[in-house]
Amino acid sequence: MITRVLAAIAIAFLVAGCASKPEPKPVLADSVILLPHADGTTGAISVKQGSREVIIDSPYASAKSGADGTPRTGRESEAAVKQEFGALLAALPPAPVSFVIYFQSGSNEFSEASNANVVLLLAEMARRPFPEITVIGHTDRVGTDQVNDALSLQRAQRVKDLLTQRGIAAERISVGGRGEREPLVPTADEVSEPRNRRVEVSVR
Amino acid sequence: MYKSYCVRKSIAAGFAFLAATQVFADGVGKVKISTGSVFIERAGARMPGPVGATIEATDTIVTGADGTAGVTFVDNSRLSLGPNSTLAINRFRFDQTTHDGNFDSSLKRGTLSVISGKLAKRSSDAMTVATPSTILGVRGTEFIVRVGE
Repeated sequence: MITRVLAAIAIAFLVAGCASKPEPKPVLADSVILLPHADGTTGAISVKQGSREVIIDSPYASAKSGADGTPRTGRESEAAVKQEFGALLAALPPAPVSFVIYFQSGSNEFSEASNANVVLLLAEMARRPFPEITVIGHTDRVGTDQVNDALSLQRAQRVKDLLTQRGIAAERISVGGRGEREPLVPTADEVSEPRNRRVEVSVR
Repeated sequence: MYKSYCVRKSIAAGFAFLAATQVFADGVGKVKISTGSVFIERAGARMPGPVGATIEATDTIVTGADGTAGVTFVDNSRLSLGPNSTLAINRFRFDQTTHDGNFDSSLKRGTLSVISGKLAKRSSDAMTVATPSTILGVRGTEFIVRVGE
């Protein structure tokens, strides 16, 4: 009797052991495909799997994690990417667009050309999902960094105020100042250049 | 001379901080496209992610079987998630003045497409996307990632 019970218990354990034995896990091959930019250029991606690294840097180049711990590179066709990932790519939000605003000299009013840009900006906002605006001020290279950082932020703030007066909600507008870091026209330091004293308004 | 350089640096840093604070007052990104089931997980809570929803620096974005989401970040990085996808943002910092910062995320499952923004342009190690088996270092580019099943 006891033997029979022990045998039953042993069998129960064996069956339970079989049932809970984990399925061999499939190898997780994560993959990445590099795409060309709209302007035709292509960036690069470093793909690290543990201590192994490969770099892909041409259009439609791909890399997959390998079962042996080394990433494998390959290439996809443009047509296959469109077919498989078309819906994913279509869900990317529209590219931000920028408009440059200049002031009439010695005044807080936009120049005439800039007024036209404000009209374009409003049209761009109307056709975007939940549009937001970033206003970035820039200076020329006259003066020190700290003065130019402050000045560029003031210029941006002034444009924000003018845009809110034209009906754009203040909470949709963020401001920043880039100082002299991003001149439109490259110059030597301490050169006065009106084209660099500008404010860039981008809608995203 | 050295002292004045230091003072100048700290004043500049102060302004940079102010600028960054203003930008981040309303999150680090916004949902621009949202179809089907899209959720945002924040501090253990799950909320819907409709168009206009704010993304914070350590949010996780989740889509269901019928879900697709498109998000634009403050540095102009853009991404989309396909159905059954989970993307955790591990870190997002962006200084609007210097363009310094980091955008590190993990795609736990599903599909992701990315068009990198100002952060990846500024520095080659500013943007990373981890998958369960790899870490991608983004050097100013557009790409698609899929997690193996």
